[in-house]
Amino acid sequence: MDLYLPIAEMSVNALVIVALGGIVGFLSGMFGVGGGFLTTPLLIFYGIPPAIAVASAATQVTGSSISGAISYYRRGQVDVKMGTVLIAGGMLGSVLGSMVFRWLQSLGQIDVVIALIYVLLLGSVGSLMLKEALGTVLRQRAGQVPQRGRRHHPLVAALPMRMRFPQSGVYLSPLAPFLVGAAVGVLTVVMGVGGGFIMVPAMLYLLGMSASVVVGTSLFQIVFVTAVATLLQAANTHSVDILLAGLLLVGGVVGAQMGVRAAQFLPPERLRLFLALLVLAVAVRLGVGLTLTPAEMFTIQLATG
Amino acid sequence: MRWLLALLLVLLPAGVGARSPRLVTDMSQSRIDISYRFSGAELLIFGAIQYPGGRLPARPPGIAVVLRGPAEALTVRHKDRVAGIWVNRQSLRFESVPGFYAAATTSPVESLLDERNAAIYEIGLQYLQLSPATAAAPETVGIFQDGLVQHRQRRGLFVDQPYGVQVTDNILYRARIPIPSAVPVGNYQVEIYLIDGGKVAARGTAPVIIDKSGFERSIYVFAHEYGLLYGVVAVLLAVAMGLLAGLAGRLRER
Repeated sequence: MDLYLPIAEMSVNALVIVALGGIVGFLSGMFGVGGGFLTTPLLIFYGIPPAIAVASAATQVTGSSISGAISYYRRGQVDVKMGTVLIAGGMLGSVLGSMVFRWLQSLGQIDVVIALIYVLLLGSVGSLMLKEALGTVLRQRAGQVPQRGRRHHPLVAALPMRMRFPQSGVYLSPLAPFLVGAAVGVLTVVMGVGGGFIMVPAMLYLLGMSASVVVGTSLFQIVFVTAVATLLQAANTHSVDILLAGLLLVGGVVGAQMGVRAAQFLPPERLRLFLALLVLAVAVRLGVGLTLTPAEMFTIQLATG
Repeated sequence: MRWLLALLLVLLPAGVGARSPRLVTDMSQSRIDISYRFSGAELLIFGAIQYPGGRLPARPPGIAVVLRGPAEALTVRHKDRVAGIWVNRQSLRFESVPGFYAAATTSPVESLLDERNAAIYEIGLQYLQLSPATAAAPETVGIFQDGLVQHRQRRGLFVDQPYGVQVTDNILYRARIPIPSAVPVGNYQVEIYLIDGGKVAARGTAPVIIDKSGFERSIYVFAHEYGLLYGVVAVLLAVAMGLLAGLAGRLRER
């Protein structure tokens, strides 16, 4: 079923996009991630212009994260105080990100930079997750009780104006989460990801937040920052394709429900192991793509776009 | 086709007595609407040649049909391997490149026109005048222009049909120009050339408009004129769909 996308200015097969959203939704429901890190590369691979893929994927992440954020909030697993600081950082980050995005676009390096950041981030986060997940699985095999490491990073403790975040169980400077939020905000705008795969480890290992509020607070922040990213892109670059985002969401929300159900049949450490492998696979695929001789040596950028 | 003949009958007497031939042209549609189901189109361009005194030539005439979209400036970049990965290195700016260009001829352009005339009228992909802006060496410009033309050809935005014009009885001609879904919107122009003895003997033009229509147009205009409001609607849509799905999921669990 062909559908013409008004902003991307091309015809796509609507069923393929819905299916793509569904697969990503299934994985995101299963692993509790937004899935932007899969959507954006897949859309670009399909032939959607990168700027439009990034902006529309951010819109889709808003939709796929909101119901999760609300259910965590109901269970009291969202640290609103911490989340607000993260969102404030995220807003600054997304403004910075949209400046970076336009700068890279004018240099003509946006596609290479997006791919490189993906490879670096997904590669490092994926390896860390794999190491951690394998460690847990092996320790459980050996019958050991998992032990908790240090609270938060010494650099974080050195920052001034410390304050209490009782729900997260930490006493630290709000500058630390603000900076984390800003970094993730930049990524949201440049890469079209919610940034959960960066945020969750940063909250756990950098800020030392208690594990019970990490996922909920991360989703809470993602909903707001991706919404702000959508607004910024819509106002500045006009690159949000509402039809594309809608198609992705139709598949995504259905897939997510199925993913959540599927996740109940798998132990959490196995899930983390699979997620790590998935993240690494995307990183390797993109990394290989950067080194292979491209089918097209020339690219074209319109002066108006 | 019947009304075309009627048109011919009306017009033919007017051509009697004129010294040079004239071209009469029409097409299947002078406006192409891009709706939500748009997945490309085909423009049929047809017409007749009016010869002075109604005398038909002994040899078949050469006809070139060109469809040209609005021109714009663009930058072409060439990839190079740096430290093992492929990045954009050299670039060249062209000031005036049509967003769509199709040339259909009765036989290859080289056999119809000399290079100078082909370049004057920009008939044929290799004779497009794209105004490279920077002072680059001619061979560099050549490489980049070839790259640009091939890039566009692969996407169906530049079309070359060396035998794309059919001529019937040395009078009637027609050409079918394929238009891909990624065609840029704007004011297009159809140009028809009658070529005789390596020179353009007659020329006719007609406008074509390609534009988004209906729902597609509303969304596009909304997104560009009220960007922020459009963003708010996009966020609300995403939120509503997310909430709905969450609700449906919870209901099913009960």
